[in-house]
Amino acid sequence: MEIPISYYLILSSALFAIGTVGVLIRRNAIIIFMSIEMMLNAVNLSLVAFSDLHRSIDGQMLVFFVMVVAAAEVAVGLALIYVIFRNKGNVYVDELNIMKW
Amino acid sequence: MSIDIPTICLTNIGPLITLSVAGLLLLLFDAFSGKAMKKAHFHQFSLVAVVIALLQTVWLWNRQTTDFSRMIYVDNFSFFFNVIFLLGTGISIILSVHYLENYRKNYGEYYALMLFAAVGMILMAAGGNLVIIFLGVEILSIPIYILSGLFREDLKSNEAALKYLLLGAFSSAFLLFGIAMLYGGTGTFYLADLAAFIKKSGMNGFTYVGMGLLIVGFGFKVSMAPFHMWTPDVYEGAPTSITAFMSVGTKAAAFAAFLRVFLEVFPTVRMEWDLLLWVAAVATMTVGNVTALAQTNIKRMLAYSSIAHAGYILVGLIAGNQLGATGILYYLLAYTIMNLGAFGVVIAVARKKDNYLNIYDYAGLGFQYPGLAAVMSVFLFSLVGMPPTAGFLGKFYLFSAAVEAGYIWLVIIAVINSLISVYYYLRITVIMYMQPAEADLGPVAMTPVVNATLIISALAVLLIGIFPGSIFQLAMNSVKIFGS
Repeated sequence: MEIPISYYLILSSALFAIGTVGVLIRRNAIIIFMSIEMMLNAVNLSLVAFSDLHRSIDGQMLVFFVMVVAAAEVAVGLALIYVIFRNKGNVYVDELNIMKW
Repeated sequence: MSIDIPTICLTNIGPLITLSVAGLLLLLFDAFSGKAMKKAHFHQFSLVAVVIALLQTVWLWNRQTTDFSRMIYVDNFSFFFNVIFLLGTGISIILSVHYLENYRKNYGEYYALMLFAAVGMILMAAGGNLVIIFLGVEILSIPIYILSGLFREDLKSNEAALKYLLLGAFSSAFLLFGIAMLYGGTGTFYLADLAAFIKKSGMNGFTYVGMGLLIVGFGFKVSMAPFHMWTPDVYEGAPTSITAFMSVGTKAAAFAAFLRVFLEVFPTVRMEWDLLLWVAAVATMTVGNVTALAQTNIKRMLAYSSIAHAGYILVGLIAGNQLGATGILYYLLAYTIMNLGAFGVVIAVARKKDNYLNIYDYAGLGFQYPGLAAVMSVFLFSLVGMPPTAGFLGKFYLFSAAVEAGYIWLVIIAVINSLISVYYYLRITVIMYMQPAEADLGPVAMTPVVNATLIISALAVLLIGIFPGSIFQLAMNSVKIFGS
């Protein structure tokens, strides 16, 4: 039995939405970061599904690029969070308010 | 079975190769050279790389082709933007040297990251495939996240970098989801194929969602309202030289991609995105200008002004005709020069460790440093858009394109906004010339190279404002690819 494309899309959109909500309501920088990763992986899922739908390899190729970019972003992001933790003692984004938002 | 290896021509990506190789070499030098070698030569090396890349770009003039299996456009549009990016990178490098030495942060990786960011910008303007545009966005953004956090001990810099990183990554997720949706709707990433598909079969649900998400993704990068919230904080907290670099580089690159994607892929569905951008442009201009009125920190004020300028440029994009696109290119070139010049003066006046960033610190500058105050006034007049500066003509082209396309109300709102902006730009001129200094300003450290750069920039702003002909022709030539 073939799984219809809509299943993949619903799952991927749900993951993307959960990630978006996570970014908006959580206050720990690391959790926000995890939420962003979830959004990127939701995109990956939909790319793979579309790739299968169109019988073309392009979508799967982009998935690899997204993974690499996500890894690079995490490397930079964790380094920054680490520096902030060392200077401040916590990583709550609502306490990062020297400059008004 | 045989595999066709596509023919590629490396000279087409000459500037990219030069910049990447120079960046990598800088990293190696930094790691393996002795202490004495350090500091002195990194900026010269990177400037040489930028100049070589510029020469290679000039050599690419007037080719109309694609390369790397249509991944890269080699046309006058990318030529023009290459010139803007390399100019911006070069001037930023010159302005950085002294500033970094004050902070004892004159590291090799600083220049390497700047060159990598320039590579990302060039890819964004030249990308013929959404994958390349996405990679360009990331290659541009990741170095800038690091550079904004360069002052590790400074909490403001940390804060700026983290905010930029979180919101930047958030926005690239939206951009990426938009790309995935466009792929889902059409089965291709190539801009040309996307355009052909939409022209033939019209839009479907996926492409609509994709288009909307692309607007969100690019909107973040150009700091379009309501996605502008990161701009003031990041601009204020980041090192001033980086603020200068990203205020012109990131904006120009994001507009290049925005322009290319929307005028090439979605021209047939103008009606759908016009209204959205109309509202966004009005909001961007108004929020930027009105909030800038209340700022006393000059970096923050220039950040809001850069939001307002994004709004003016959006007016050209909404007009969507040849004149509008020409105006955007002209305006971005003028904006690059005048904004970098203004930031150059800010760096000079702020002196050691950014102590003098309040606008009232400029009191008396006109008497103690007449030259500095004069060039600052030229840049500010140009940012206002007064004749005979380049800023005036840029605005003139943008707004007359919008009139030609029938957006009278948009132009009226834009002109009112320009009038509001007169207040906060000219306030600085007034403070410089009309108010006496509270104390002796002390020595402003200027090197001959920085002096020369500021003077040449000020002259360039005046010159391309008085004789716009050749630049205008060049810009017009560059946008011929958008036939409409």
